[in-house]
Amino acid sequence: MNLKLHIWRQKNSKTKGAFEQYAVSDISEDMSFLEMLDVLNEDLIVGGKDPVAFDHDCREGICGSCSMTINGNPHGPEKATTACQLHMRKFNDGQEIYIEPFKNTAFPIIRDLVVDRSAFDRIIQSGGYISIKTGSAPDANDIAVPKAKSDVAMDAAACSGCGACVAACPNGAAMLFTSAKLKHLNVLPQGQAEKKKRTLAMVEQMDKEGFGSCTNHYECEAACPKSISVEFISEMNFEYAKARATAYRD
Amino acid sequence: MAGASASASLSEMGYQVEAITFHDSSRRAHSIAAQGGINSAKNYPNDGDSVWRLFYDTVKGGDFRSREANVYRLAQVSVDIIDQATAQGVPFAREYGGNLANRSFGGAQVSRTFYARGQTGQQLLLGAYQALAKEVDSGSVKLRTRKEMMDIIVVDGKARGVVTRDLVTGELETHLADSVVLATGGYGNVFYLSTNAQACNVTATYRAYKKGAFFANPCYTQIHPTCIPVSGEYQSKLTLMSESLRNDGRIWVPKAKGDKRKPREIPENERDYYLERKYPSFGNLSPRDISSRSAKEACDNGQGIGATGYGVYLDFKDAIARLGRDTIEERYGNLFEMYERITGDNPYETPMMIYPASHYTMGGLWVDYNLMSNLEGLHVIGEANFSDHGANRLGASALMQGLADGYFVLPYTIGNYLATADLKKIDADTPECKATVKEVEDKVNKLINVNGTKTPSYFHRKLGKLMWDKVGMARNEAGLKHALEEIPKIREEFWKDVKISGTGAEYNISLEKASRVADFLEFAEIMAYDALDRDESAGAHFREEHQTPDGEAERNDDDYKYVAAWEYKGVGQRPELHKEELKFENVKLAVRSYK
Repeated sequence: MNLKLHIWRQKNSKTKGAFEQYAVSDISEDMSFLEMLDVLNEDLIVGGKDPVAFDHDCREGICGSCSMTINGNPHGPEKATTACQLHMRKFNDGQEIYIEPFKNTAFPIIRDLVVDRSAFDRIIQSGGYISIKTGSAPDANDIAVPKAKSDVAMDAAACSGCGACVAACPNGAAMLFTSAKLKHLNVLPQGQAEKKKRTLAMVEQMDKEGFGSCTNHYECEAACPKSISVEFISEMNFEYAKARATAYRD
Repeated sequence: MAGASASASLSEMGYQVEAITFHDSSRRAHSIAAQGGINSAKNYPNDGDSVWRLFYDTVKGGDFRSREANVYRLAQVSVDIIDQATAQGVPFAREYGGNLANRSFGGAQVSRTFYARGQTGQQLLLGAYQALAKEVDSGSVKLRTRKEMMDIIVVDGKARGVVTRDLVTGELETHLADSVVLATGGYGNVFYLSTNAQACNVTATYRAYKKGAFFANPCYTQIHPTCIPVSGEYQSKLTLMSESLRNDGRIWVPKAKGDKRKPREIPENERDYYLERKYPSFGNLSPRDISSRSAKEACDNGQGIGATGYGVYLDFKDAIARLGRDTIEERYGNLFEMYERITGDNPYETPMMIYPASHYTMGGLWVDYNLMSNLEGLHVIGEANFSDHGANRLGASALMQGLADGYFVLPYTIGNYLATADLKKIDADTPECKATVKEVEDKVNKLINVNGTKTPSYFHRKLGKLMWDKVGMARNEAGLKHALEEIPKIREEFWKDVKISGTGAEYNISLEKASRVADFLEFAEIMAYDALDRDESAGAHFREEHQTPDGEAERNDDDYKYVAAWEYKGVGQRPELHKEELKFENVKLAVRSYK
């Protein structure tokens, strides 16, 4: 198939970007979306032009590296699918495709489709862990965890940290990401001791990074390649309010 | 994952750690792709497992080509890993009673594999990432992202730091230390197509090799039998489909060569269920290496299916008829979905197409029992070293080794070196540091100045095809010699005709790629030399000249019971072979049989 691409090109964080048009031809429907971009890039390099920079790594939908908005949808039109797992058979011959980076002020553009998502790392560093030191752990079966709790922890922990939730949100909120990590750790017995401190610290760091707040659009859940549930957000709000209200006791 | 776990543990112990990754975040790494699980000799199911048994299975699984002492230590600390990860909040699967669940995996008769759905690697990596985040938060680890290691700084014969290239600005930076730890993964992408992530490369370990570190057993590369086959030239990676599918799927190809009919139009008596025919007792569940080689044989014989002729059918029709669609959906639903997403075919209606692919590399930099290379001060952990898996790795053992090295071995063994090494004071102006920066700078400029006509990927594909054909699943003397003639030609063409856009002083993806391909083009030769030298079949290294009548690998313990450690002698020069004789004091050498 032949396609007309409009791709956001931006040399670095200091220069202004713009959409540029590219025509790609003889695209096989068995290609992944990123392989289609590979083909374009090969042509650009041979033609002495700069290839389109984009983040990617595992190309099997789990690492969370790839991050592009395709025709207005973070990761493209297919539900619960990362851009690397999106295949060209989902597009039609002659279609126009707009490709942009994940846009948010807290995700500065590095180049073209590559953005800086280190704000997510800083949210985790602020408290998204359990403070156990190597070698001091009790036997794993000393802590029994009801299967239902363990399953919910796993549902939340499946977040790959790609940032699609932020790109999809009209407010640029990172609440799905933050609440998923909070739920993962707060629901487990191992995470109880630091629950309050963790909730306060991560929410505050999230705000400090410049992310917006949730107003229940649920675009994040719709865009999430791991189908993380917005229920975690309401729970985070509840836990945050509780922690704030009782902070005087600590 | 090994790097994050080591950094976290070292930091807790009071060391000042500078952790460097070329990813955008320390939560990314190919470790994330490990699906199946992690082995541990916990014996929670009470089915007779023990440290000894895990040790024995691993030595045997590696076809008696690993170091006993290292493997025993691995089995010992395997139990601590599960405690550590659980305390971190890694959501391992649980029984209804709230205790941890186990499942069985290849090469073991006990149930010792812990798992977190199909995302065990991701969850263990996140555990290590969060442990590292905790240390970053406390201020004792300096974490640097999007910086690629370009070379090792060696002063007075000791590794004292690295030179990195900032992938955003292109700036070359010097990082100095008392010791350097590499946790830079394997080299499976030497085949171009593999199940490895795109960024996986040999550059860090190869450049250490060029600075004097020995490269051990590079020819031990594991090929996984059930991956989605190549669909065209543009293909960038091969996706692994869980081996568990072979429990219910039947593998076949058309009997006639070049039969292009649709699979359902080919009548039963015109199909060749080759595994069931050749290995009637194990059939579709034959070991990984045998299944892989048989698929290659059928395709080389012209019976392959799909657009490229390099694929075989994995058919669930009989299983669906026998067990019902619901049962099959319950067992493999997510895998069928993933397959359909990638190929557009519905495996409930038409057979899957599969083909083997490069998956893991057992070889790596040579290390001693303390995980230190012969290049003093350089420590190597995880897939980047060679030490624990011998000639073949068992399933669910990669995560175990990465975390054993990172949490429990390296942080303790490094202390002796640091306490006894006589380290002089150095800074960025020390001549060796400046010289290394200069070398890297020259290399980057050299790449950019070629200004040829072909992309870095063109050369990577060309090299990968050669390596896959001649140094892949099955090897022979003539093929290996052919590879040794061809590799230098591709390398020469690369340095005459590679084209990179832009400059070294910017975010430059074609430069990154070219720099890594340049190293693969040199490294490929030592792989071929090693495969040629090892004139026996052992584990994943299969020399066609050495097989039993039923196609099993035939080892030669009298002549090849050694670790082959190669020393760099110059580009295009035959490296020098150093042999470390393997002693088996606790395990009796035997034929590896799973019959």
